[in-house]
Amino acid sequence: MLTTDRVAGGALALLALFVVWESRRLPFGSLRTPGPAFVPVALAAVLLLFGLLLVVFSGKAPALSTLAWTEGRHAIAIFAVCAFAALALERLGFRPTVALSLLFLLGVVERRDPIFTAVFSLGLAAGTFLLFDTILRVPLPRGPFGL
Amino acid sequence: MAETLQNLVLGFSIALSPPILFYAFVGCVVGTLVGVLPGVGPLAGISLLLPATFGLDATRAIVMLAGIYYGAMYGGSTTSILMRIPGEAASVMTCIDGYAMARKGRAGAALAIAAVGSYVAGTASVVGLMLLAPPLASFALRFGPPENVALLVLGLLVLAYMSGGSMLKSLAMAALGLLLGMIGIDQMTGFFRFSYGVVELGDGIGVVPVAVGLFGLAEILATAGLPAPPQVIKPKLRDLLPTRGEWRAAAWPIGRGTVLGFLIGIVPGSAHIIASFVAYAIERRLSKRPEEFGHGAVAGVAGPESANNSATSGAFVPMLALGVPSGPIPAVMLAAMMVHGVSPGPLLIKQQPELFWGFIASMYVGNVVLLILNLPLVGLFVNLLRIPYPILYPSVLVFCVLGVYAVNGSVVDVWIMLLMGALGYVLRKLDFETAPIVLGVILAPMIEMALRQSLAMSDGRYAIFVTRPISATLLGVGLVLVLLALRPLVTRGLDWRARLALAEKGEEHP
Repeated sequence: MLTTDRVAGGALALLALFVVWESRRLPFGSLRTPGPAFVPVALAAVLLLFGLLLVVFSGKAPALSTLAWTEGRHAIAIFAVCAFAALALERLGFRPTVALSLLFLLGVVERRDPIFTAVFSLGLAAGTFLLFDTILRVPLPRGPFGL
Repeated sequence: MAETLQNLVLGFSIALSPPILFYAFVGCVVGTLVGVLPGVGPLAGISLLLPATFGLDATRAIVMLAGIYYGAMYGGSTTSILMRIPGEAASVMTCIDGYAMARKGRAGAALAIAAVGSYVAGTASVVGLMLLAPPLASFALRFGPPENVALLVLGLLVLAYMSGGSMLKSLAMAALGLLLGMIGIDQMTGFFRFSYGVVELGDGIGVVPVAVGLFGLAEILATAGLPAPPQVIKPKLRDLLPTRGEWRAAAWPIGRGTVLGFLIGIVPGSAHIIASFVAYAIERRLSKRPEEFGHGAVAGVAGPESANNSATSGAFVPMLALGVPSGPIPAVMLAAMMVHGVSPGPLLIKQQPELFWGFIASMYVGNVVLLILNLPLVGLFVNLLRIPYPILYPSVLVFCVLGVYAVNGSVVDVWIMLLMGALGYVLRKLDFETAPIVLGVILAPMIEMALRQSLAMSDGRYAIFVTRPISATLLGVGLVLVLLALRPLVTRGLDWRARLALAEKGEEHP
């Protein structure tokens, strides 16, 4: 049966194999004088072992099909907004990025009142910038328009 | 002893200076807010607010961050008692009887007992920290690289053993964290590892984006789409005073919780959660009326709340004395100290006594601030819970991005946070603990360096780890833990870790 632990164990085992494959470019050294690939390969071997043990001994874990993903659409939307923020932060500047992200989350994802959304988004973007950049002197990106 | 008192006087002269008092106060207020808000635990709170301390000197910054830490531990009880939602994981056990007391109209008394218990435990455990950390640091000066390898490996094994649930899954997560910690320049040869041309990865993956991603963003991804939280029970100020009977019922559980929490706090692992779980179980076993547990038993609030706050100070012992974090929160505190140019470890107490003793004294002060703050202002904090979650979580998200970016001024860190958030969300769905990943990331470079130094010392002989008494003892303890974790496979019963996992899921009361 395809259980949650078996899926996770399989993914961890694959990741371990990937690390071993990627380590081939680095000098391994020897058991007595380890090189830069030694510890990553050793850890990958340990992870592979744990992953395989999970695959073999996790038959009683919950079935993967029993997992509920009711919040999945919300999670994808939030993740997309975060990805946008990462892309735009230094290109647009902190304030426009935060304001646009909040406008989308509150206005589109949460369907809040448009006026509240606009005021809250602009206010939080300006307020956090004022607090961190101006008062606490934590430099935040300004983007090409000085925003 | 006389030297300790002399040092403490030095500490108080620093902690009672107006600027330090101010930052302790700010830390406590912010920490309480962090603890009250569901989904923003102390780990994410400290990580997010780290950039706000960049303009401060090391002592003020660390006093403020520590204030956030134990403020969050205090604040977590408020949501547990009034909403049956743990503000942070350690308050899970308080939900059971705290909320039951609230439903009986004793919300104020439950909050007062939680606050007083937390105060007593917090203050008493600082005495323990003060007495234990200096001798432990002196002892740790005997540690060489092999002892460090053994200690760090033991730390990971204990964390995996104490995490609750499957040790195999926790160890797999620790291995994953250690592998993530391998990213970056190899300290001994200068080779770039797994950085794929991204220069910013040369210094490795920072613990802040990992912690915020796994604990802050993952929580938002998992909870933002869920139905609205239940109604808040708002206590009246005049109901805050417990009756004489309630005080009597709380006294011994507070004492026991304090001692137990401190001892568990020293041991690596999710100390707060385990401390509150064990305290609850002990109080129920010792009670003359165990049937009251689950229906508003005073001891069910006093014991776990004292234990989890006492564990907070206990967790500082290995971090300050050995430079070894005992869990994800001390790991972030350690990273924060390093950002401010402070290296916790055996030499800290000797080289920077003002910082160490100022920090200890500020914890006494912080506990008084929290006691004064928590009870009269509980109504104000409760109002925060009335902010609808669809408005709250976008705001928290802004702080996640801002906090992570500001540490290094790097967008790469924001991407790391994002990937860790997605990973944390999926792992949460699959019922995996993510705390060992955070610890693995911070311990990986230390373990690798100590391992390679040990082999250089012994001319490549691995026997060095078992021929030196301290390292052999530490590894022996680790082996015992692995065997203990395997025992349920033979006896086919539920051990305490499995019961803890069930209790955390709310499937069974311990």
